[in-house]
Amino acid sequence: MLRSRLLSLPVLLVLGLVVALVLPQTGWVSPYLQLVISYVGINMILAVSLNLVNGYMGEFSVGHAGFMAVGAYTASILTVWVFPREASPALFPLALLAGGAVAAVAGLGLAFPSFKTRGDYLAIVTLAFLMIVKSVLENLPALGGPRGFMGMDRLTSLGWVFASVVFSVWLARNLVYSRWGRGVLSIREDETAAGLVGVDTRRVKVVTFTVSAFLAGIAGGLFAHEIQFINPRAFTLLKSTDMLVMVYLGGIGSLGGSLLGATVYTLVLEGLRPALQSVGIAQEWRLVFAPLLLILLMFTKPRGILGFRELSFLRPRGERDGAKKGGEPR
Amino acid sequence: MSLLAVEGVSRSFGGIRAVTGFDLTLGEGELVALIGPNGAGKTTVFNLISGVYPPDAGTIRFRGESLAGLPPHRIVDGGIARTFQNIRLFRDLTVLDNVRAAHFGRTPTSIWSALLRTPGCRRDEREVVDSSRRYLAALGLDGDAETVARNLPYGRQRRLEIARALATRPSLLLLDEPAAGMNPAEVEEMMGLILRLRREFALTVLLIEHQMKMVMGAAERIVVLEFGETIAEGTPEEIRTNPKVVAAYLGGDVP
Repeated sequence: MLRSRLLSLPVLLVLGLVVALVLPQTGWVSPYLQLVISYVGINMILAVSLNLVNGYMGEFSVGHAGFMAVGAYTASILTVWVFPREASPALFPLALLAGGAVAAVAGLGLAFPSFKTRGDYLAIVTLAFLMIVKSVLENLPALGGPRGFMGMDRLTSLGWVFASVVFSVWLARNLVYSRWGRGVLSIREDETAAGLVGVDTRRVKVVTFTVSAFLAGIAGGLFAHEIQFINPRAFTLLKSTDMLVMVYLGGIGSLGGSLLGATVYTLVLEGLRPALQSVGIAQEWRLVFAPLLLILLMFTKPRGILGFRELSFLRPRGERDGAKKGGEPR
Repeated sequence: MSLLAVEGVSRSFGGIRAVTGFDLTLGEGELVALIGPNGAGKTTVFNLISGVYPPDAGTIRFRGESLAGLPPHRIVDGGIARTFQNIRLFRDLTVLDNVRAAHFGRTPTSIWSALLRTPGCRRDEREVVDSSRRYLAALGLDGDAETVARNLPYGRQRRLEIARALATRPSLLLLDEPAAGMNPAEVEEMMGLILRLRREFALTVLLIEHQMKMVMGAAERIVVLEFGETIAEGTPEEIRTNPKVVAAYLGGDVP
């Protein structure tokens, strides 16, 4: 199922590379459209990141905007203050990875106590984390406080976005299709039974959450160097809500779902701008759209479009034939 | 030395004493049945041994080492595996992936090796698949590898639970009513299967079962629980004629 020649990995990689490297040179695509494509890519990474925790593992994090903030500020500090300005473009991937790494450390610090006991504390703990990150950033004058942090060059190109998406999906795929990934799935299915067949459930949860935070941090670095200005208000619960919608729209437990969800959601949200304007509705209503869509999804299609199904080109060799990961939707 | 030594183990739940002063010694290679009326505390004994919750009192030793305070996965790593009275498969995963998941503790792949999908990781993956298919074959499930677990017929779900438990490479297997809800022919088949697996995988088996045919036919020793206490222990012949056991099962006073 879900296989076609057009959707093969090499075709898509070449297509992506063309869009990322050649298209901006042609002048056919407006800077606005390029920005939208860039957002699609950044959101893909965020959706894949959150899907690991909320979709594959069945836990519930609402704090991923916080990890994104940590990655954004870390990468920005590096490119603005630490790296020599002329070397920044070359060192940009290093800044992104460092942003991911610091976010991962934050994730590790959060996961360690959170998963000590069982239960549904993660939503509350991650909500608290999100609020703490925002408060800390608002009260650090050195980082601009509530006014935000700026001075970054526009280092995020479609090429870097594309490379980051490929890297993130590759990393997430490797995790999912390993003993760790099967540990993650078994926790979602039945945590007690998972422990009783030898899965070190706490370790699997901590590791997965850390990897997820790492990816959100990378997305944060890309985001910061795309808009060249970040402030604490950019990383609120609403940002986390965006990620939740992308994950649950595209499909939980599916990397392909996250790519799809991020694409559809980003385009629809951008499309709403002119649409609302043309019918004379205030732009603020866009903010209502995400939570509303989330509620609607939970009621009508809780697993999303590709829930627990995977596009075959996103699987490693050897997992492609007939190996349905999750079966048909209930 | 005995393989498993349970001594004076008790456990209460909010004032209800589920198990009281329970003793049990299993020798290497034995097949012992744990029987008793519903609510006698049999599954509680399994949960205590497998570390689902700790005992209030008493000690549990496996190969001479105390299991106190160990999380379930460490007890599994030590060599104790179990199945569940109410089947607890990973319902939305395939049959193959259910068994693969149970290889977690027996696979060395580090998180770094997994994330980078190193050649070592790929080799481990191939070995896990091969090993999983062997366990499926041993339980006659080779044809169902790609079926989603919840779509399996009931009897095969029971078998998959056993395959998954075996994949952890236990020396002691705890089976919680493996023949529940089966007809006489299926019970007979399950009994043959358990005896064969015991030989094939050199297992010690502790069996909870209500099907007396199976208990009397397969077990070498039977322990009878009632209201959380051991009321009798002995060979099938001794148990069959024990007046306390007859009373516990049929009701009424001991004559």
